[in-house]
Amino acid sequence: MNEVLTVAFFKAAIIAGTPLLFATVGEIITEKVGNLNLGVEGMMLMGAVVGFQVGYTTNNPLLAFIAAALAGAIGSLIYAFLAVSLRANQVVTGLALTTFGTGFASFMGQGLVGLKMSEQFSASFQKIKIPFLGDIPGIGEVFFNHDILVYFGYVTAILLGLYIYKTRIGLNLRAVGENPAAADAASVRITAYKYTHILLGGALCGLGGAYLSLVQVPVWQENITAGRGWIAVALVIFASWSPYRAILGSYLFGGLDIIGFRLQGTGLAISTYIFDMAPYLMTIIILVIVSFRKDRKNAPPKALSEPYFREER
Amino acid sequence: MNNGSAYVSMRDITKIFGTVRATDGMNLDVAKGEIHALLGENGAGKSTLMNMLSGIYIPDSGHIFIDGKEVKFSSPRDAINAGVGMIHQHFKLVDILTALENILLGQRKGLLLNKKEHETKIKKIMDKFHLEVDLKKYVYEMSVGEKQTLEILKTLYRGAKILILDEPTAVLTPQETVMLFRIMRRMKEQDCSVIFISHKMNEVMEIADRITVLRKGHTIKTLPKEATNPQELTELMVGRPIDLSIKRVPKVTDKRVLKVRNLRAVNEEGVEVLKGIEFDICAGEILGVAGIAGSGQKELCEALAGLYPVKEGEILFKGENLVGKTPKEFITRGISMSFIPEDRLGMGLVASMDMVDNILLKQYHHNKGLLVKRKPAAAKAQEIIKKLDIQTPGINHPIKNLSGGNIQKVLLGRELDSHPELLITAYPVRGLDINTCLKIYDILNEEKQKGVAILYIAEDLDSLMGLCDRIMVISNGEVTGIVDARKVTKEQLGAMMLGKKEDEYAV
Repeated sequence: MNEVLTVAFFKAAIIAGTPLLFATVGEIITEKVGNLNLGVEGMMLMGAVVGFQVGYTTNNPLLAFIAAALAGAIGSLIYAFLAVSLRANQVVTGLALTTFGTGFASFMGQGLVGLKMSEQFSASFQKIKIPFLGDIPGIGEVFFNHDILVYFGYVTAILLGLYIYKTRIGLNLRAVGENPAAADAASVRITAYKYTHILLGGALCGLGGAYLSLVQVPVWQENITAGRGWIAVALVIFASWSPYRAILGSYLFGGLDIIGFRLQGTGLAISTYIFDMAPYLMTIIILVIVSFRKDRKNAPPKALSEPYFREER
Repeated sequence: MNNGSAYVSMRDITKIFGTVRATDGMNLDVAKGEIHALLGENGAGKSTLMNMLSGIYIPDSGHIFIDGKEVKFSSPRDAINAGVGMIHQHFKLVDILTALENILLGQRKGLLLNKKEHETKIKKIMDKFHLEVDLKKYVYEMSVGEKQTLEILKTLYRGAKILILDEPTAVLTPQETVMLFRIMRRMKEQDCSVIFISHKMNEVMEIADRITVLRKGHTIKTLPKEATNPQELTELMVGRPIDLSIKRVPKVTDKRVLKVRNLRAVNEEGVEVLKGIEFDICAGEILGVAGIAGSGQKELCEALAGLYPVKEGEILFKGENLVGKTPKEFITRGISMSFIPEDRLGMGLVASMDMVDNILLKQYHHNKGLLVKRKPAAAKAQEIIKKLDIQTPGINHPIKNLSGGNIQKVLLGRELDSHPELLITAYPVRGLDINTCLKIYDILNEEKQKGVAILYIAEDLDSLMGLCDRIMVISNGEVTGIVDARKVTKEQLGAMMLGKKEDEYAV
């Protein structure tokens, strides 16, 4: 086991956890305004394929990631229109978005299968060692010697945490997700808050997908997300709607994601399929544990998945 | 008082919902530094009129003047900018936020919250109006009274000079009501106008300076309090002479139907909520239960209906111990419960279903065969409508669209329809106007004469003392006394509600 739990393993866990982190904080901000968007997997795939296509064509990493974020946001716009403006059932709408996104990625990716991003493109994602922090033995290598998007992941999660808990807008958005009638009475513009944050969430999911196709893999393959979007939905509950705890959860699951592959090298006589199941088993266990917890502050937003209609009583 | 001195003036206000004229050319004048009561039965148009003054509804015709200038509100925000704030019956507070955060909600300026700066401003208002709110406390930890004070503070902080309170005492304990009245008097001293919607006569007589009586969408009359009396107000309100006294029919038998012995129960957190409750009820007797909200009334009700787990003790119904039996077995033995929670719909009825379906909920198991027969239930619904005089467009109308009083009548009607031998009824008149209250007291008395044992849980001491044969007082899960309703005084009941034992009084 010691051969597995090395610095290299933990470092790889951070990389594997990065797409999860983007998607998880994206879903957290969506759920904080009271909208359950189960389209994470679909939005990740949309971001992955659009990012790959743009990156492959233009060789411009910045453009590729902007396109990926836009693709995710457009996916969530479809959701927002149905779930917020038309007050459609959120679960059904989200599932439809996942189905749509999966189909969209397969269709767009038909001609891309097996293609690899250019050396020049990948060179933009070289490891950058942070001065001082990167020199701490062990920890420095695990956390502070990564490509720029991993750092962007840290920053995004922490900034979102500050945004939700420390700013005026954050207070209003929490109120929208908890008790829209109270927020409405305090003249918070419910629809604007919902749209803005659902779109922001979608863009983050798109980024998460693009990290997979552009940096982590970086070869296009069918169904590249392989269920990570669903894990992100479960991670939201694991993190009990806190972007800070999402960091911990995402990297933990990143580790689970790669542990099977690592163990192969040790000659351990366990089927790799068992380890492939690990993240999903863990998800189930976490959902069970969470359901026992009764804590007001870590509870889901009270108005989650309830459409808001002012004149309803 | 003439129009010239009125701070708020509403003229010829008409609002039509569908085909119903909710307010039909109503007029209202409220002066500065005045507590003005709006008195009327359910459906008189009190709330509709006030919703127009606070910007929630837009009047179809008519004019509103504030301080001599005409105003037109298209949203609550316009109203608060003009200094009008309304406290609704359902509080608009976010549970997981602190008091301070709730007050700051909806601010438009600044990136950060700047709590310190706001806190000093809020503290000033608290001092000025003698409000006591712990700004750091979370709303979910607050009592109803604390939440209401917070709502008032929130509204004042936003600059309200005219405060509308929609039936504020309906959910308060007597002690909390005293506190609220103190706050209202203080607002009056600070030159605010307070509009107080109520149908509780004694409260109106205690606090109001002037009283405007509304009936069926019309303004009937505005009277200074000194120039009127409850009898006159009631007649104006109802539109005909009415006998206000609650009838008490004599107890029918001495046959003990229910004996409860050493009943103990614990809640989810492991705290003991019923601490050895003991009492008896005879057939044809109404036993009242008085107590401060949350003293174990709800748990007692549910335990007696088989819905709450009993840790220890016996519920002897006609000699048979029912502890451990399923709720269905309680029902088949003739025990029926109607509990009206604070939000009225929380227990007993399904809001989005119609009357027939709600009746079927309790009857389908008498049905033979696979399918549910709706016809007999529909006939029952018609019968209940007629018997209890329920105002509804029809038996197939969703319950949630009825007014509160009518919803309560549906619930009570359904429970009585199962011809129980023991009727447990909690807060059956909560939020109802006098006329409907009296109707419900009559129904309970009728059942009593048929020999039904009734456990009547209520907040209003007047109704307890007028209607019941005996009153059991509970405090913090314990019985502090079972007294004769004819002999006890309000003060004695109050002291027992706070935990003093009956024998210290020797009633």
